[in-house]
Parts: sequence; structure tokens; C-alpha cells
Amino acid sequence: MLFDLIASFIKAVLVFAVVMSFVPFLIWLERKLVAWMQQRIGPNRTGPFGLLQPIADAVKLIIKENIFPSGVEKITYFLAPMMSMIPALAAFAVIPFGSPVRIMGRTVNLQVADVNIGILYILALSSLAVYGAVLAGWSSNNKYSLLGGLRTSAQMISYELPIGLSVVSIVLLTGSLSLNEVVRSQASHGIWNIFPQFLGFIILLISYNAELNRAPFDLGEAESEIVAGYHTEYSGFRFAMFYMGEYVNMVTVAALVTVLFLGGWQAPFGPEIPLLWFLIKIFAFILLYMWVRATFPRVRYDQLMALGWKILVPASLANLAMTAVIIVLGGPNAVRILSVGSIVLAVLVGLVLKAAVALRTKSAPGLAPPAGAGS
Amino acid sequence: MTWLTFLIVSGIAVIFAGGLIFSRNAVHGAMCLVASFCAIATLFLLLSAEFIFVVQIAVYAGAIMVLFLFVMMLLNVQGQEGALAGRAPGQLLVALALGAALLGQAVWLVARGGEIISRPARIPAGFGSPEDIGTALFTRNLLPFEITSLVLLAAMAGAVVLARKAGLSPKPNGAPAGGKPE
Amino acid sequence: MNPYLPILFMLVIATAFALAAMALALFVGRPRPGPERKFAPYECGIEPVGSARDRFPVKFYLVAMLFILFDIEVIFLYPWAVVFRQLGVFGLIEMAIFLGILLVGYIYVWRVGALEWQ
Repeated sequence: MLFDLIASFIKAVLVFAVVMSFVPFLIWLERKLVAWMQQRIGPNRTGPFGLLQPIADAVKLIIKENIFPSGVEKITYFLAPMMSMIPALAAFAVIPFGSPVRIMGRTVNLQVADVNIGILYILALSSLAVYGAVLAGWSSNNKYSLLGGLRTSAQMISYELPIGLSVVSIVLLTGSLSLNEVVRSQASHGIWNIFPQFLGFIILLISYNAELNRAPFDLGEAESEIVAGYHTEYSGFRFAMFYMGEYVNMVTVAALVTVLFLGGWQAPFGPEIPLLWFLIKIFAFILLYMWVRATFPRVRYDQLMALGWKILVPASLANLAMTAVIIVLGGPNAVRILSVGSIVLAVLVGLVLKAAVALRTKSAPGLAPPAGAGS
Repeated sequence: MTWLTFLIVSGIAVIFAGGLIFSRNAVHGAMCLVASFCAIATLFLLLSAEFIFVVQIAVYAGAIMVLFLFVMMLLNVQGQEGALAGRAPGQLLVALALGAALLGQAVWLVARGGEIISRPARIPAGFGSPEDIGTALFTRNLLPFEITSLVLLAAMAGAVVLARKAGLSPKPNGAPAGGKPE
Repeated sequence: MNPYLPILFMLVIATAFALAAMALALFVGRPRPGPERKFAPYECGIEPVGSARDRFPVKFYLVAMLFILFDIEVIFLYPWAVVFRQLGVFGLIEMAIFLGILLVGYIYVWRVGALEWQ
């Protein structure tokens, strides 16, 4: 009992420390990578390769004035930045990051809290993350903040639907809501979920990009329209809190996707070092998001909502239907049939979309890619 | 130990519920309600009702309260305490009557219904995991579950009609509600 | 030990960090006095016009409402998915009916134009 208590406390502290220490590194990495992709140099003044830039930023932000602009709703304004970060950290508690190890003759799970509703717990917490944006926007006494907060919250709740619907398909394959069980089932199927759930993976990739408010879906902080969105009026360390929260959220999402689709801590080849493979997968996923950010231009808000409600929701329902039918009819071969079926379905969805867009462009400029971006 | 946890958590729930009632600012009240919902969710967890714990957070604290916040902001035309603080005639009287009824009910329950409260539940101890709920919902209680879909369907139609009535919804290029001069 | 206890640890650590950071910022980065317009809300350098807490389109309200309904639907899918293998074809049919009815609602909402943003 006491051992468990102490062990889980130490694990919680360690997870917190590791996730928080990723944040400055990720900020540096993103700035550097995006700079390279845009043929710039990026941070290179502070420390080797500009590695100390995030530290310098942090120090700068701490000693900046923490202004309460006139007319702000002080309590809400003060609490909002925390509300975007705390759910992300708390969600990380149920993520298994390695196979169980033996310490002092006892088995210790490499997971802060091994609960058997892990998947639902994470979804529930991510639905609480809306409050940071909406309250910051409302309390700031600024039109742009309010608009940004509203946009962000409507976007986040809209994209929770395709997320929830595609994760159900994983639960169908696993038969359990425990994240440990998800990893184990992928080991016993001998194939990572990304193959039998290829379409689900694509949907989750897009939806979480929108859920994290990252480019090309960062409508809530579109600087060309609404200054900085819901954190326009935030200065100093309160702004830094939003900034850190964004990256903590990204790490949590990357870890979740790694567990759900990429086999968790399992090694695809080479040495069996669970923790290392887990980190490699997380970073691969984060690098993909940074690449996406540097590649795609920002979408319009009507395009964003149409993508969520009209494309991703039906697509994830189709994925769910296919998964359920094949599991019932396919018997022991279900996972193998699904691996082919999901790719076929993904191609099919792509073709339908292409046809729909072609039809649209003929009749009216709506979803069409060129569609006068300025209007 | 469980008793102590129960006392602390329900204390938190009651404090935030009080905050909801006494805060002058509607948005503060809503945030108190979110906190209260989270505390109540924890109470469900103490009863090993894991699934309800998650539903309480995801649906009540996460979805319904976002709608409440939106509505408050929608009504909150000017200032913080204006639009929602209106008084209906006889409001105090109705409130007092309803409060008295609630109090009477509570007193009756404590005084007479001791056996009602202490009667053991008809479900096995430890009931409440998603598996239990799933088995109960999709075998014995199938009909109510299917009827739920009809209720949700009606609610969808209702939402659309309400938004239309407000005069500004689905028509493209419709002027926004307040008719705000641009 | 209750498996949910470590989540509480995590919550406490996260909240403590956030509070400590905000308190530190309050202490170190104390705002210095300035002219009134220093504290005015930022509107691209122009004096703020009108109230910032204006009405906004009912569209957002509609989205939140539809989200609740579909969210409840999604929540129902989870216990079903967990026991799906025991239920077999029976489970498939009952969920098909449930989702079929809601699909009618979805198509209605789409056709009526509630999913359009303009």
C-alpha cells in the first residue's frame, strides 16, 4: 500500500517533469524546423543552434509586466490560462509509456494511473479543455478575444465528435477501454491499429490538429483577422501559460495516438527498449504536425466547420459501420480483412470527396480549393 | 477513509453549488456549477460507477455547460449583471413556496423514510463499469435505449426550430440577431 | 489502493505548478503605472469602439446544442463497443437501428442548412 502510494506519486512527479521539459525543446524545434522549411535560419543567437532561445523567452516573459487591461473580468481572466493546461497534464496520467518493470522485487506499471476507463477519461478531460479558450475570450473585454474564444470553442466541440466516433472503432477491436489493454491487443493481433483502422487514423490526425488549434486550423488565433484571438489581451507569464498549454496538449495527443494506433511502447524492429520506442513514436508524430503546420495555408472558418460536420462525421460513421460488420462476420480473420478494408474505404472516401468538390466547383465556389481566399 | 473522502468531496460539491446561487455574475455561477459537477462525478467514482463518472464530466461539465456559457454570452448584451438579473412578478413568492416544498420533502425523508435511505441497492456491489452498463443497456433495457434515439431526434429538430425562431439561422446571408449596424 | 488516486496526484501537481507560476508572475512582473490608454483593450491602435461583449450569431448556440446531442450518441457507443463481441449480430442490429434513427436527424439537420456557415 505505502509502496504503491509512493511509487505512483514519484511516477506522477516524473511524468510531469518530463512532459514539462519537452515543452521548451519542442518550442525550439518547431521554430527551427518551420524556419528551415521556409528557407530562414531560425533562432541561432542564444546558445548552440539557438537551443537556449526558449529559456531566454521564458525569462523574458516572466519579468514582463502582467497587465490586467481595463474592463477585464479579473477572476476569470486569471483562471483561464490554467484551465487550458491542467486538463492536458491530468490526461497524461492514464497513458502507459512502457511495459511493466520490476523495482525492489515488485512489478511497477509504467503508467501513473492504470484505470480501466482510460480512453473515456481522456475524452472527458479534453472536453473540459474548451473552457480555457472561451473564458479567456469572454473575460478579456476585447472584441477579437471574444471572437477567438467563440471560434475556438465551437471548433473544439465540433471536432470532438469525429474523435469520439473513430476511437469507438478502436474499442471495438480491443473490447476494452483500458489503454494498457489497447497496447496488449495490438501485440496479440500482431499488427498495429493503424492498419486495420487506417481511415480512423487519418480522421483522428485531422481532428486532433483542429482540436489543438494548430495551423492550418488555428482560426481562433488567426493573426490576419482577429489579432491573436482569445489571448490577445494576455501578457507576460499568463500568455506563456497558454503557449505552454498548447505544447503540453500536443505531447498528450501524440502519446494518445501512439498508444491507440502505433502500438504504444512496442518495438517495430531492433532492440526492445519500450521507453525509447515510445519517445521515438511521439516525436515522429509531433514532427508530422510541425510539417503540416509549415505546409498548409490556413482554412476559412466555414471550410473548417464543413470539414468537421459534413466530411469527418460521416466518414468516421462509415468507418465504424465497416469495423463492426467485419468484426461480426470476419471472426478470427477480422483484423486481416479490416487491414485491407480500411485502406479501400479510405480511398473510397477520398474519391467521393473529390467528386463532391468537383461538383461544387461547377455549381458554386464553396469548398473548392482556389475559391478566392480573401473573400 | 471512504467516509472522509465522501465528506470532503460532497463538501466541495455543496460549496460550489452555493457559489452558483450566490454569485452575482452569471459566468462565475456557471464555472461554480462545472466545479460542482466534477465533484459529483467524483462521488459517482466513490460508488464505483466509473461510466457515470465519465458521462457526468463529458456530458454535463463538458458539453451542456458550454451551451450554458454560450447562451449567457448570447443574452449578455451589456454589462455583466443586466440581462439575466431581471425579476418576474411574484418571483419571491414562488421561490419561497418551492423552497418550502423541497425542505418539507427533505425533512419527511429523514424523519420517516429512514428505511428508504438505508435499503440496500438492487444492484450488486461494484456495479458501474462500462461492461456492466453495456450488458444492462443492450439486453434487458433495450427498448428504453432505442427510444432514447427518438428523444435525441426530437431534440435535434427542436434545436433547429429554436435557432430559426431567433430569426437568424440557416438562411445564408441572414442578418445577425441584434441587427447590429456594421 | 484506489486506481484513481494517482490521477489526483497528477491534478494536484499540475494545479500547484500553474498556481505557483501565476503567483510568481504576479510578484515579479508587477505592472508599472502608466497612462490610462496603456491598459485599454487592444484594437489595432485605434480607440475601442462600442462594447466588447456584444451579441454574437445564434449559430454558435446551435452548434453547441447539436454537439450535446451527438455527444450523447457517441457516449452510448462506448459501453456497446465494450460488450460488442458478446452481443454479436444482435448488437450490430440494435446499434444499426439506434444510429439509423439518428442518421435521419443528421440528414435533416444538414438539409435544413443548420451545418452551413455563411
